[in-house]
Amino acid sequence: MTIALATEAPVFDLPGVDGRQHSLDDYADKPALAVVWSCNHCPYVQAWEGRMIALQREFGDRGLALVAISSNDAENYPEDSFDAMKARAAEQGFNFDYLYDEDQSVLNAYGAERTPEVFLFDAERRLVYHGAIDDSRDEEGVTQEYLKDAIEAVLAGEEPTVGDTPPVGCTVKRKS
Amino acid sequence: MEIEFLFWDGCPSHPEARQLLDDVLAARGLDVEVHVREVFTQAEAEELRFPGSPTIRVDGRDVDSEGSTARPALNCRIYHRPDGRPSPVPTREQLEAALP
Repeated sequence: MTIALATEAPVFDLPGVDGRQHSLDDYADKPALAVVWSCNHCPYVQAWEGRMIALQREFGDRGLALVAISSNDAENYPEDSFDAMKARAAEQGFNFDYLYDEDQSVLNAYGAERTPEVFLFDAERRLVYHGAIDDSRDEEGVTQEYLKDAIEAVLAGEEPTVGDTPPVGCTVKRKS
Repeated sequence: MEIEFLFWDGCPSHPEARQLLDDVLAARGLDVEVHVREVFTQAEAEELRFPGSPTIRVDGRDVDSEGSTARPALNCRIYHRPDGRPSPVPTREQLEAALP
């Protein structure tokens, strides 16, 4: 089950495509932490990747850490293997950490169901926004920038106006 | 003319693609039955050479030949817009070009 608003961020300690381990504690000095369930092969993720990069670029200096996690079953979906993740991050120029949750334990702790699916935590690591990045996979059709607005609110020390939206995307590919 | 519309319910793009197909058929004035088939298992995906959802074939020919040879799998299919951006549904132009 997906964690509820105000829930404390479940811990993680996962390998990243940069060859280092990344734990929740590593981001302790960041006033906003956006954990995004992601993967390589999903067209919805690919449609939103550019906006993930743009958000990290816009808010990184102000204290946002955007962290993408893939938990997909790489045996049945080899496009989502750790090696393929490393290649995609390099090709697309990811400016955020991209982590691999091979045993899906972090997936189970957060209860993500879709890619992309956002969990935004405030400085105390309480969940303050969950759901979609915005309201349109086509960039030109966006009218509501849910995640951007929520990040602005968190960095201003406020509660986001919108706390929960339905994530739109591919299903997370669980191991059978 | 025979049109097949194959989809996997785990991907949310098929209603949009079906609507787009119906719109294009209507705009062309084509009253054609669309054979809809839901794909449930990986074995079915392999048997049907289903490279992702949705897959649309006109007289057996995929509307996106480039993506038709991808590995059969229960996933969302990646199409590309003319400017190269990825999309989970084919473009109107791809559908129009596939019709006689």
